[in-house]
Amino acid sequence: MKNGISALLLGTALALGAGSAALAQDKTIKIGVLTDNSGLYSDLGGAGSTLAAQMAVEDSGLAAKGWKIDIVSADHQNKPDIAVNTARQWIDVDKVDIFMDVLNSGVALAVNNLVKEKNVIMINTGAASSDLTNAQCSPNTIHWVYDTYMLANSTGQALVKAGGDTWYFLTADYAFGHALERDTTAVVVKSGGKVIGTVRHPLNTADFSSFLLQGQASKAKIIGMANAGGDTTNTIKQASEFGIVAGGQKLAGLLLFITDVHSLGLKVAQGLSFTETFYWDLNDGTRAFSKRFSERTKSKAMPSMVQAGVYSGLIHYFKTLDAMGGNPRDGAKVVAKMKEAPTDDPLFGKGSIRADGRKIHPAYLFEVKKPSESKGPWDYYKLIGTTPADQAFRPLSESACALVKK
Amino acid sequence: MQALYAQLLVGLINGSFYALLSLGLAVIFGMLNIINFAHGAVYMMGAFCAYFLLNLLGIGYWPALIIAPIAVGIFGMILERTMLQWLAGLDHLYGLLLTFGMALIIQGVFQNYFGSSGLPYAIPDELKGGVNLGFMFLPIYRGWVVVFSLIVCLATWYLIEKTRLGANLRAATENPTLVRAFGINVPRMITLTYGLGVGLAALAGVLSAPINQVRPLMGADLIIVVFAVVVIGGMGSIMGSIITGFALGVIEGLTKYFYPEASNTVVFVLMVLVLLVKPTGLTGRATT
Repeated sequence: MKNGISALLLGTALALGAGSAALAQDKTIKIGVLTDNSGLYSDLGGAGSTLAAQMAVEDSGLAAKGWKIDIVSADHQNKPDIAVNTARQWIDVDKVDIFMDVLNSGVALAVNNLVKEKNVIMINTGAASSDLTNAQCSPNTIHWVYDTYMLANSTGQALVKAGGDTWYFLTADYAFGHALERDTTAVVVKSGGKVIGTVRHPLNTADFSSFLLQGQASKAKIIGMANAGGDTTNTIKQASEFGIVAGGQKLAGLLLFITDVHSLGLKVAQGLSFTETFYWDLNDGTRAFSKRFSERTKSKAMPSMVQAGVYSGLIHYFKTLDAMGGNPRDGAKVVAKMKEAPTDDPLFGKGSIRADGRKIHPAYLFEVKKPSESKGPWDYYKLIGTTPADQAFRPLSESACALVKK
Repeated sequence: MQALYAQLLVGLINGSFYALLSLGLAVIFGMLNIINFAHGAVYMMGAFCAYFLLNLLGIGYWPALIIAPIAVGIFGMILERTMLQWLAGLDHLYGLLLTFGMALIIQGVFQNYFGSSGLPYAIPDELKGGVNLGFMFLPIYRGWVVVFSLIVCLATWYLIEKTRLGANLRAATENPTLVRAFGINVPRMITLTYGLGVGLAALAGVLSAPINQVRPLMGADLIIVVFAVVVIGGMGSIMGSIITGFALGVIEGLTKYFYPEASNTVVFVLMVLVLLVKPTGLTGRATT
């Protein structure tokens, strides 16, 4: 009997040993870049996100250490159902380990559930909703670049301080717009301002004149644009046509990307202030990366913060897996390891990942330069304020995330 | 009340784009029996053409109003000669599929080269600024769009319904064999008509370039609404599509004021109602 038990133990030990040896040898990674490849957000994510992922793979040096890394990419068309179907196929058939980009809050929240259920990983660099690390937080998700709380906190506070104490919102009518409006309203009210009206427009609207007139009639000092991409650029362009700014009201871009500013041109965009966490011309590290990135794009575009986030997030993921010695194919376990180690890369500098999945780094308040101040293409921003990393995002004490121990 | 006037006026402005676009569609459907799904794509091409003229050749807005529709019109005629003409007499579905495919290809090519955010195009200096009407601030450019498109719409209606050329054209669609017997070159006429319809869309594109960002998907976003306008107005009816275009712009404008969330649905709700009550559209004649 005793012999029997020891034989059993020996067998188990052997099996365990064989198991961990197999784990250590599993040096394959599959990355899925799930983004908008053809719609209104494709310039700020899209093919540029896939390129950023490729550059991260090349720069990681993992190939030399015997790792094999594949990237797949797909267009979710800003539709949660398409995104979830693609994600399911990627996980079940293609064995994708990690989802990158996943812009559009509606899509991100849907994929978030699936990623948790299947125990893979999502590093979200594109979606804005702060719910991803609050009520909807998950042990498998890291929210890397920005969120609605941070945007509201930085831009909203700065504008109220500068005297913009009455607000009218122009909000994109889906998860993202609602979250951004909600979070900004909280900041405005907290800073002593007042919200006097809101109009919600459908996603992808061509003509904003009707909504702008309502904002104009409200006489609010600030017209807050809780929308993004093509919706924001059309709003800004048409606002100048209707003399909104000339009439003394101020436009607040709550979420603007460098691709939007490029598309509008400095003549129209000058003077806008808004928040980003990455700009290509911040320091030597960002400049070197952006130059390499831009040379490899067709339009010679500089990276958006979403694309920069894909690179930065993957670099940290690769470091973690390298330290673990292999790919355990256990999303929650890898994410837990990623949260333990501090992050450091040339694009976002030193940072960390909190228990709720929120990646922490400084937020920069930029103002768009006048055409006369710009030295050349893509020289668009002036830095006018920085919120330190520990104050930029929702404090853990206010968190509704179940992963946060109180 | 003042706000209401403003919304009515804004609706009228949007209505002018609907009218111009649905007019082109109605002309093409009425004369060629083709459901032209490429209409949004050629509208976009008109706007891009204006952008290229300005930035590559230094040709401004006013010449672009003439050059762009002609250039895009010629492109349309090439499409008609090389592809669409072979579908004459076949089921509508074939034309629909072909033009839909062409639209996807054209948009894809533009998106590949110019991305999705679009390109800037400024309002011409002569039309900058605006006037304060008391109840609203009317940008001069928007006023110009309404007046100009109204003129173009009426001129097109006159050309087709009241001139000899238009009479020949209408006869050619009714009975091409007979008209040919009178020595009229029917295929050439059809090609020119398609060119005219496409040119009208391109003109709308040029008009919209200073208002909207010039984007590869600008037409795709608009075309579905325009189709609803044509269906409500009655397929192929010239005057019907003009009036419905303006009217729906106004109705949409009012919806944006009273219940903004429904502003991109209201047109389709109306379409359903009209189809239930009068399946041929408001001004359409029943066909046998």
